[in-house]
Amino acid sequence: MSILRVQDLTKTYQSGGRTLTVLDKVNFELQPGDTFSIVGPSGSGKTTLLGLCAGLDRASSGSVYLNDIRLDHLGEDERAAVRNQYVGFIFQNFQLLPTLTALENVMVPLELRGEKGVRRTAQELLDRVGLGQRGHHYPTQLSGGEQQRVSLARAFANRPKILFADEPTGNLDTDTSAKVVDLIFELNREAGTTLVLVTHDLELASRTGRIIRIKGGVVVSDTVTARENVWQGRE
Amino acid sequence: MDRPIPKIIVPKASPFDPWLWTLAWRDSRRSRRRLFLFMSSIVLGIAALVAINSFGDNLARSIDEQAKELVGADLVVSSGKEFAPDMYRFLRGVGLERSYETAFPSMIFFPKTQDTRLAQVKAVSGKFPYYGTWEAKPANSVKAFREGNQAKKPVAMVDDALLTQFNIRPGDSVKVGNVSFLIVGRSVKIPGETAVTATVAPSVYIPQQFLPETGLLQRGSRATYRIYYLFNKGANVDQFAKSVEPKLDKAGINYDTVSERKRDTGRAFEDLTKFLNLVAFVALLLGCVGVASAVHLYVKEKIAPVAVLRCIGVSGKQAFLIYLIQTTLMGLLGAILGAILGSAVQLLLPEVFADFLPVKVSLAISWISVLQGIGIGLLITIAFALLPLLVIRKVSPLRTLRTSYEEDVTGPDPLQWGIYGLIGLFITGFAYLQTHDWKVALGFTVGLLVAFAILTGLGRLLMVLVRKFFPVSWSYVWRQGLSNLYRPQNQTLILVISIGLGTFLIATLYLTQTLLLGRVQLSASGRQPNMVLFDIQTTQKEGVSQLVQQYKMPIIQNVPVVTMRLAAINGRPVEAIQKDTAAKIPDWALTREYRVTYRDTLIGSEKIDQGKLQKMESPTDTARISIEKGYLQRLKLKIGDKLTFNVQGALIPTIVGSAREVDWNRVQTNFLVVFPNGVLEQAPQFHVLMTRVDSAGHSAAFQRALVTRFPNVSAIDLGLILRTIDEILGKVSFVIRFMALFSIITGLLVLGSSVVISKYQRMQESVLLRTLGASQRQILYINLVEYLLLGLLAAFSGIILSIAGSWALAHFVFETPFTPDVIPLLAVAATVTGITILIGLFNSREVLVRPPLEVLRAEA
Repeated sequence: MSILRVQDLTKTYQSGGRTLTVLDKVNFELQPGDTFSIVGPSGSGKTTLLGLCAGLDRASSGSVYLNDIRLDHLGEDERAAVRNQYVGFIFQNFQLLPTLTALENVMVPLELRGEKGVRRTAQELLDRVGLGQRGHHYPTQLSGGEQQRVSLARAFANRPKILFADEPTGNLDTDTSAKVVDLIFELNREAGTTLVLVTHDLELASRTGRIIRIKGGVVVSDTVTARENVWQGRE
Repeated sequence: MDRPIPKIIVPKASPFDPWLWTLAWRDSRRSRRRLFLFMSSIVLGIAALVAINSFGDNLARSIDEQAKELVGADLVVSSGKEFAPDMYRFLRGVGLERSYETAFPSMIFFPKTQDTRLAQVKAVSGKFPYYGTWEAKPANSVKAFREGNQAKKPVAMVDDALLTQFNIRPGDSVKVGNVSFLIVGRSVKIPGETAVTATVAPSVYIPQQFLPETGLLQRGSRATYRIYYLFNKGANVDQFAKSVEPKLDKAGINYDTVSERKRDTGRAFEDLTKFLNLVAFVALLLGCVGVASAVHLYVKEKIAPVAVLRCIGVSGKQAFLIYLIQTTLMGLLGAILGAILGSAVQLLLPEVFADFLPVKVSLAISWISVLQGIGIGLLITIAFALLPLLVIRKVSPLRTLRTSYEEDVTGPDPLQWGIYGLIGLFITGFAYLQTHDWKVALGFTVGLLVAFAILTGLGRLLMVLVRKFFPVSWSYVWRQGLSNLYRPQNQTLILVISIGLGTFLIATLYLTQTLLLGRVQLSASGRQPNMVLFDIQTTQKEGVSQLVQQYKMPIIQNVPVVTMRLAAINGRPVEAIQKDTAAKIPDWALTREYRVTYRDTLIGSEKIDQGKLQKMESPTDTARISIEKGYLQRLKLKIGDKLTFNVQGALIPTIVGSAREVDWNRVQTNFLVVFPNGVLEQAPQFHVLMTRVDSAGHSAAFQRALVTRFPNVSAIDLGLILRTIDEILGKVSFVIRFMALFSIITGLLVLGSSVVISKYQRMQESVLLRTLGASQRQILYINLVEYLLLGLLAAFSGIILSIAGSWALAHFVFETPFTPDVIPLLAVAATVTGITILIGLFNSREVLVRPPLEVLRAEA
């Protein structure tokens, strides 16, 4: 059983009358608990691949299976439901809702599922990322590192099966980056979540169990590192 | 073995989902003030609607309650000629009590100031009004007048405004015809009369027994004879009136009962409030356009958070509902505030309408109007807000990864057209409810669309022109101020439309008013007559002509006038034609009193359209009369038809010999019907003389001489007419101006809110400029230039449209040349621009005063 299966995934755009191929027949498969990096230069198609895998966009051809659900057959609202049930996100620019407090930001995915006791769960998650005392602050009142930690708490709130992280340290200074990365891996290990990381940072990528390198929309290398599968590690 | 594919549970998007309300509430926390500002632009529109409707409601109720005071009696009969002896006997036997009135226009003379003026003389006896009170100053003067009346003393009550105009006080005297009356009081208001009626014809009340002594009423004089009745309590007056109607009709007597007057008055004011409702609705629509544009900006800001929500799993519909809930709640708040304000504003309306109201309006909150206002306001606001909100459904979660993602929110959306259709239907439906006429309702909607389209076009054109021809060499501050108008997400066009529309309304009112006055003034220029003398008896004709010449004034026209009624058309009595519903001849044309002249030639304002003017060949011939062209059509007549006229009892047969085209715009004695010479010479008649007097002093001296020698002859000075028209137009336009004010203020609110909405953008610009070294003063000037240009653009769009509109009115409706007076228009433009600058700068003060970093931190 795989958590994410990508088959012949291709994405093209029409630009100035020409067809631009951003991703060309990409294939890979991830097991529960895998940690996985997509690396490559700017414009290579990394983010496009992440968007397609997470069901944020539709492929031109090929297919994505997330937890055995074929995403390219689903409508936008169904894909949204899949995201709410199985997926967590971390973004380069944190993407917290500016009008909600830190605590409320963490509560949103839980409330959306209609769960009970969401405030307590969210508070626990904030405690876990070290921001237990900052729940009532608005994003603008938090530093970049703090915002990213809130974003982490939110990503893990719905107990996702897979976590997508797009350049999670891209907007942070070196010290903060290191702390946030440690926290990501820690939480990931605790929850046994599959991690898909898009990054420029090869050092960060090297902490994952598998790295694929993309250039011009084509996978140029697929390397398994020494790192363990967190899921297997737990078992 | 493969495990089963997990089930996908798509959350249902329901507006009743409490979580959506919670999120909407949380999300609004940091933008509630701004959200409310969006909605503030509908407050005034709803206030206007609620105020007008509440007032209309209260007025209708007051008319109901005070119906009897509208007439002052249970029944009134009136006739344009003296009641025949047997009819008079009959009328004297009706009812419990009666009051008699003979009313006619006549010159009056104030010996104290030597002033003369044309007034409505009312010779009265009896205790009218039976219902309501005759308001007078001093309060006991009515009693004094009645006592004097009984004691056969020559006393008079004179219209308050008339006394004020000539600085005359009770205790002074007024000369009416040959009799001098002691003025015992000022008549302020008598049941059934409004201030406007008093402006047109101010009244002088004298005891009826002195009427013969005045010597004013002579054979052929024009007067209205009325009898006011008091009936026993519980008498069915309507039933009685219906039973005698045929008898009265036959004698040319009109009657009016309380219920008829109530119906007519109610209907007239219903029409007025409906018209004003449409004006208020325009203000509301303007506000809604403002809301749509503000929500559009708000939505643009919300696209990034919506993308995040979509990522987390919120469906398009749920996201859409969150923001719909927000705007609806704010719309509701705006509507409620509008309703409260409207209920307060209606307290002012009796003052605004004071001169037109026949009853005292008792004010109370009209809950139905309040609910209606809130309902209509909320619906139309939601409809307009939906247009920009629709975009939210389509925001792609991909925006979280790519900021430049544009695909999702552009491109056509079929629902959008549906909403446009809904708005169109709503507007037409509203207009239909007010007018009960689909054609008018559609006309209103299309007219509104055209006005908006033209203003949009004008606004765009001006924007393009200003940008294109703006001097490149002007200073940086000016160039920056100008380019601010074209910044991304600018609201320049919507502001030009809303402020422009308000300016258009005010400027058009002004232009039309001066146009109408100009038209009368035009008649007063050149060698055209400007004074009309009428009611000249045949025996006085020579004497009056001599007096005119003695004062070195020309006799431009001197024509005889005979009054008559139509008795039959082609042998068919008018009563039969009236009953024949297929005849389609308006009733008034059949029953009116005709004022006819006789001559064998055409005058300058006439030309023959059909047939020819024919003289009497022999005294036994049937007279060949000439009829005005339009009137011929309205009576459905053709050349050769036979008309029988009743000339004070004598039936005179005639044949339609010709149709004349008449230029009614010329100050002439124009007539619908002209007889040939040799038929009416012996009939009771009076003469009208037209002359020209060149100065006010000369006019006053002549009128004094006239009133002394020929007290029954009346003089109308064109100057007086001009003043009267000016006064009435002033009163009417005050009401409309009051309503237009709502549009202007709505425009300014839209301006205020748009400045606040774009504040963050403005702050970023200003911070950037200050970082680059701009001084506070330079930034102030840049803002000033921006609002100056915006105000000018809006004001001139409105003024250009109003000049075009007024020109069309002048050209097509009034058929008179049109040259707009530039200076007042420039004053309007300057005022509108000034207010725009003030509001703009007031709302931007934060941008200017606070330090850049603090501003950015607070707004980030």
